[in-house]
Amino acid sequence: MTNELTNIVVEILPRFEGYVYPNEASAHPLWGFLIVLYPYITGLVAGAFIMASLVRVFKVKALEPVYRLSLLTALAFLLCATLPLLFHLGHPERCFEIMITPHFTSPMAMFGFVYAWYLMAVLLLELWFDYRQDFVKWSQTTAGFKGIIYRAFTLGVTDESDAAVRLDMKMGWILSIVGIPSAFLLHGYVGFIFGSIKANPWWGNVLMPIIFILSAVASGIALCVFNYMVLTWIRRHTVDMRCLDTMGMFLFYALVVDASVEALDWIHRIYSAEEGFNVIYYMAREKLFYTLSIGQAAIGTLLPLLLLGSLQLFRKHVPELVRRRMYFASASMMLLGVLAMRWNVVIGGQLFSKSLRGVMGYKLEFAGVEGWLMGMVLLGLPFVILTVFVKLFLSERLPSSGHEPHVNLPAAEKA
Amino acid sequence: MKEPVSRRSVLRKISAALAGLATLPVAKTAQAAVQKILVSASLPRGYDPKKHKWVMAIDANRCIGCGLCAEACKRENHVPEGPFFRTWIERYIIAKPKEGSGEARGETFVDSPNGGMHGFPEPPVPKEDIQHSFFVPKLCNLCERSPCTQVCPVGATFDAPDGAVLIDPKYCIGCGFCIQACPYGCRFLSPVTKTAEKCTLCYHRITRGLRPACVEVCPTQARIFGDLMNPLPEDPIQRFYQDNRVQTLKPHLGTGPRVFYAGIDKEVR
Repeated sequence: MTNELTNIVVEILPRFEGYVYPNEASAHPLWGFLIVLYPYITGLVAGAFIMASLVRVFKVKALEPVYRLSLLTALAFLLCATLPLLFHLGHPERCFEIMITPHFTSPMAMFGFVYAWYLMAVLLLELWFDYRQDFVKWSQTTAGFKGIIYRAFTLGVTDESDAAVRLDMKMGWILSIVGIPSAFLLHGYVGFIFGSIKANPWWGNVLMPIIFILSAVASGIALCVFNYMVLTWIRRHTVDMRCLDTMGMFLFYALVVDASVEALDWIHRIYSAEEGFNVIYYMAREKLFYTLSIGQAAIGTLLPLLLLGSLQLFRKHVPELVRRRMYFASASMMLLGVLAMRWNVVIGGQLFSKSLRGVMGYKLEFAGVEGWLMGMVLLGLPFVILTVFVKLFLSERLPSSGHEPHVNLPAAEKA
Repeated sequence: MKEPVSRRSVLRKISAALAGLATLPVAKTAQAAVQKILVSASLPRGYDPKKHKWVMAIDANRCIGCGLCAEACKRENHVPEGPFFRTWIERYIIAKPKEGSGEARGETFVDSPNGGMHGFPEPPVPKEDIQHSFFVPKLCNLCERSPCTQVCPVGATFDAPDGAVLIDPKYCIGCGFCIQACPYGCRFLSPVTKTAEKCTLCYHRITRGLRPACVEVCPTQARIFGDLMNPLPEDPIQRFYQDNRVQTLKPHLGTGPRVFYAGIDKEVR
């Protein structure tokens, strides 16, 4: 009798179809919503940085108005990138063991170093060199607490001579060049965390780091478009259409490349139809319908492709207001779509059993560490930080798209 | 920027950084030595992990699915209640093909209610429609190239020299990466300790000359345990290798499991 009762209880409790290993039969996947946010936020950082690099390294002058905004966006999100990871650990107090006693064969162990490198050696330094001259000026003109902050940020280097400013520019340029592979490394590595898991046919895939990087670039540019438009709206300024059109163009290219490689991934999966294809296909169709077919494919990819693509073709015939709305809609949809993509990878990979015989269910809860309230807080936090950054470090008047830098570099005359 | 940066100062800094990097392996070796002392301190006196190579083999032909092993494991190792198992038993039922379907076999049903700890319910297909049915005990596969130890970010899980794959609970940060990396579903995150847990081959027992709890209670000797470095006279594990054609689970993943199975089917994953 007891046996029968136990069996009934076990069968009723969680929501499974088919057979899952007993250790997989818990009510929640091991990695929940927080781990969805982690690659999402890291990807936005990498993407926003690539966006900024377009100005610095590739000399896309039209994007000058959003250069600093993208860098600040990258920093605000980077500061929050490790929080979801930290909260989900069983022993958060031991987190520094990852850096103190790293295990070098683990992709996760390298994250501490890549993150520290990116934050300290690339982003903060680049921002400092970019802002140093302004810090010196602002510290002289601003009184009170703000003035003290600016003075502190000069780090005592108050030299405003042409030679010093030229050196700032040069260092910024070098850091940007170092920063591009670093940004790719930062997010490619996140993709590798999943791509290296050969036990999981949904994750263990050589394309995974590439897909992560490409979707990161797309989502980062989308975030910059979003932030720029929201900022100009809040400040009641006019949008620099040359800048927005250029961002829209890069957004479109990034999306085309990203969508192509993701499509290649799917085509390969379907065509090779390896062991476990049936259960994955079933899971994707039944359990991920809303996030995969609707969220990632339709809203996140096809609609923005249509909108942005048509703008590439018929931009001259579309009035500015409509264009602005189309860009804003596309960027917002892409931000949602990439979030859905992260969900599909992280949660999807845990919705089928590694026995390849069954699927699990998952319902996002409201409260709790892995609940969506916590997720929204963690996702809102970078925007709060960004608001402070914008208040402190972004002048009321953004440079125009025809803007020239403070000192012309000898080799920087290309338009 | 008043002080010009000299080549010498840059070179000095670079060489200092390189020297710092070069001391890393030394520091790691020293740390490993300290860890070894600490780990071996908790082992019984006289036990040398380098002089043993423990291994388990499963003769599925003998398993009757009584579930005693799974229950003994839970009790012996204080495994938390709920869906947490260091070892469990799966029941495979392969139905006869439908008449005229042109297939060799019917559908395969697999279950393991509560890890098989309390036996199994009535089969989901009528007895006369069953082509094959058998039980498969599962445990850590003691991989030669274990993906779980490969991915652990802090090295809390490690391959002991005596063949066991162990976890240091004082070191594990509870990230769950090893659980994702194990292809066999043998690991879980303990709700009590918030660290990863798995089969240790009852390390506290085998290092004291006892057999693992599951082997001890198995009434049919479906679980065979032995030491490849110190074979006994008429060693059961050696006899198992001689008498059976064996296979491992998910060999295509290249993990090199050291737990060999006899009498299982292609359906077992």
